[in-house]
Amino acid sequence: MNRRTFLKVMGSAVAGATCGSLIRPAASGAQGVFDANEFFGILIDTTRCIGCRLCEKACAEVNYLPNPDISEKANQAVFKTKRDTSVIEYTVTNLYETEKGKVFVPWRCMHCNQPACHSACIVYALEKRETGHVTWDKRCIGCRLCMMSCPFQIPKHTFQEPAAVIQKCNLCYGRFLQGIVPGCVEACPTEALMFGTRRKLLEEGKRRIAQNPGRYINHIYGEFEIGGTSTMYLSAVPFDQIGLRTDLGLKHYPEYSMVYLSAIPFIAGLTPIAMLGIAHVIRMAKKDAKEEHHDHHEEKEKH
Amino acid sequence: MEKLETVEIVKEKTEKREIRSFGEFWRFFLSELKPKGNPWTPFNLFSGLIMLLGFIFIIYRFVTGLSPTTNLGQEYPWGIWKGAVVNSGVAFAGGGYTLAFIVYILGMERYRPMLRETVLFAFLAYVFYAGALTIELGRWHLFYNPFIGNKYGVSSVLFIVAWHFMLYMVTLALEFSPAAAEWVGFKRARKVLGAAALGAVVFGVMLSIHHQAGLGAMFTMCKGKLHPLWYSEFMPVLYFISSIYAGPSVMIIVSSITQKLYAHRVDEEYRNAHPGIVLGLAKMCAATIFAYLFLQLILVHHEHDLYLITTPMGFWWLVEVGALAFVPMLLFIHGVQQKNLATINLAAVLALAGVLLNRLNNVFIAYNWYLPLSLKYYPTWQEVIILLTIIFIDVWVFRWIINRMHVLSKPPEWARMEKH
Repeated sequence: MNRRTFLKVMGSAVAGATCGSLIRPAASGAQGVFDANEFFGILIDTTRCIGCRLCEKACAEVNYLPNPDISEKANQAVFKTKRDTSVIEYTVTNLYETEKGKVFVPWRCMHCNQPACHSACIVYALEKRETGHVTWDKRCIGCRLCMMSCPFQIPKHTFQEPAAVIQKCNLCYGRFLQGIVPGCVEACPTEALMFGTRRKLLEEGKRRIAQNPGRYINHIYGEFEIGGTSTMYLSAVPFDQIGLRTDLGLKHYPEYSMVYLSAIPFIAGLTPIAMLGIAHVIRMAKKDAKEEHHDHHEEKEKH
Repeated sequence: MEKLETVEIVKEKTEKREIRSFGEFWRFFLSELKPKGNPWTPFNLFSGLIMLLGFIFIIYRFVTGLSPTTNLGQEYPWGIWKGAVVNSGVAFAGGGYTLAFIVYILGMERYRPMLRETVLFAFLAYVFYAGALTIELGRWHLFYNPFIGNKYGVSSVLFIVAWHFMLYMVTLALEFSPAAAEWVGFKRARKVLGAAALGAVVFGVMLSIHHQAGLGAMFTMCKGKLHPLWYSEFMPVLYFISSIYAGPSVMIIVSSITQKLYAHRVDEEYRNAHPGIVLGLAKMCAATIFAYLFLQLILVHHEHDLYLITTPMGFWWLVEVGALAFVPMLLFIHGVQQKNLATINLAAVLALAGVLLNRLNNVFIAYNWYLPLSLKYYPTWQEVIILLTIIFIDVWVFRWIINRMHVLSKPPEWARMEKH
């Protein structure tokens, strides 16, 4: 083995090990991630967002949703409350009063590397595409376990419809297949939203942090949170001040249900054998006891 | 001596007429549909009215979607149907596998008189309570997708639970089928079905461990949304253990009621054995609740949640675990010592209230507990009516069957003779 083959083997082994821990096909059902494909995502720089809500308007246009009123007057009223995404708004922008003044934060599906919604879905209607998009399909049966499981409360259900659907941001998967960036990114006037591969976005985020000392806190939200997400945030203030949950941990969510799932084959295999064994032993013991009793009786009768 | 026996068996065989054609079965079935006794009792009128209203609401829900009849929303996607009917109802049906395990695997024959009643109760609970899942599916017209393979979500806990519900329903039907075969008089079928019992029980217990735990595992991904006192990665184990005492507790109450109301259907053997069976089950419940409490305590300690006890949610947790699990345990022990069936029945009611409260807490009370009161979920009266409808259908069918089949009494002579 010469040096080149050694390096090749070691390199692929290391890559395999790291990629394997990043995404296990069995856990997420995503296939082909080991090829040249990478997850795509959006980097949101909250220091650049000016709260114009053009992304919301673009999102509505792209997804055929009701057009929001984004005039100056409407915005003033809108920013008074903290809004959540809804069945007719896949992305919303909220205003937070922080230690460094007002900060606008666009909010939408985080497109987790290993999504809880996908792992919880009974028919994999919510799918993590190999390009990183988390999409919904109409084969869904409406059990809403995705809504229970999503730590960001992103999947929204149209309760008022007899054949309800799940509504959420799909990172403009349809546009992506045509080679166009998502509607919100295209509409953003300040480049607060940036679309690209996750790797490139992380590089860019780290570059901005390094080149602008004091402007950002030294962390990209979504790099490690719950195993990494495709929507990532840069911020000047701690993330809990701009409404992002910092108590979710670094473990990806499907792993929590893995404890139960991995016990299933053992229970399925072992309990029937154990039970038949117990039943057999007890039956034998009873038989022995009966025979002994019988013998005892016979002996008595003899005397 | 031997000849005499065979003559007797032949006599027994000829007593029950065997049904040979479908037309004959249909006529027999129609004749059995008629109510026995006066149908115009206050209970029947009340439940009938509720059910009529419930059916209208169910149809209305199917036509208009979930929001006109329910308070379900984006913050609380699951409500009282999932909490009370599916999660609790399935735990209450846990007697189906615990009693089958006791009788068939552990060979404790003195519990056998209660077995058929328990299996019937469990079977109906699964059919109606798990069937009620369809009502609360947002896209109920596609409920068959996980079964026909329009993608199998194999990493989904609900996928496992759904398949196990279906398989376990078949298993319970198989376990109960000898009684149905006796009722209709299918002699050959009765023989085959009776022989399949042990296999069905073994398979059923395995399935039960899976899906009872699975109901708890559905919440393992609710980390951060379910209150830390309720959330733990060991929720599957907690659910499994609580079903072991919930099932027998239900049967203590149900059997006490049937012993009184259906005394004419109860045979001598069951009537005499009943107090002993209840005492035995009460002992088992006490031991299991102790194990449950022990695990709860360890979990709270290990996950460093003890400081939350003094918060309002902490007091609520104490109500559930203290007043509705610890107190029933003491009452069970007291009842067993004093051989007092009334105390045991009270303990069973409290223990069941505890299990019910636990499931409701997991589904909506302690779920998203940090939300303001205005966003909280509470059931609408239509939801409650539909819930009651499902329970009353269950009661009616249960009643209909125990009035006609050999559920509270031994199988007829011909069936018992054939077994040996």
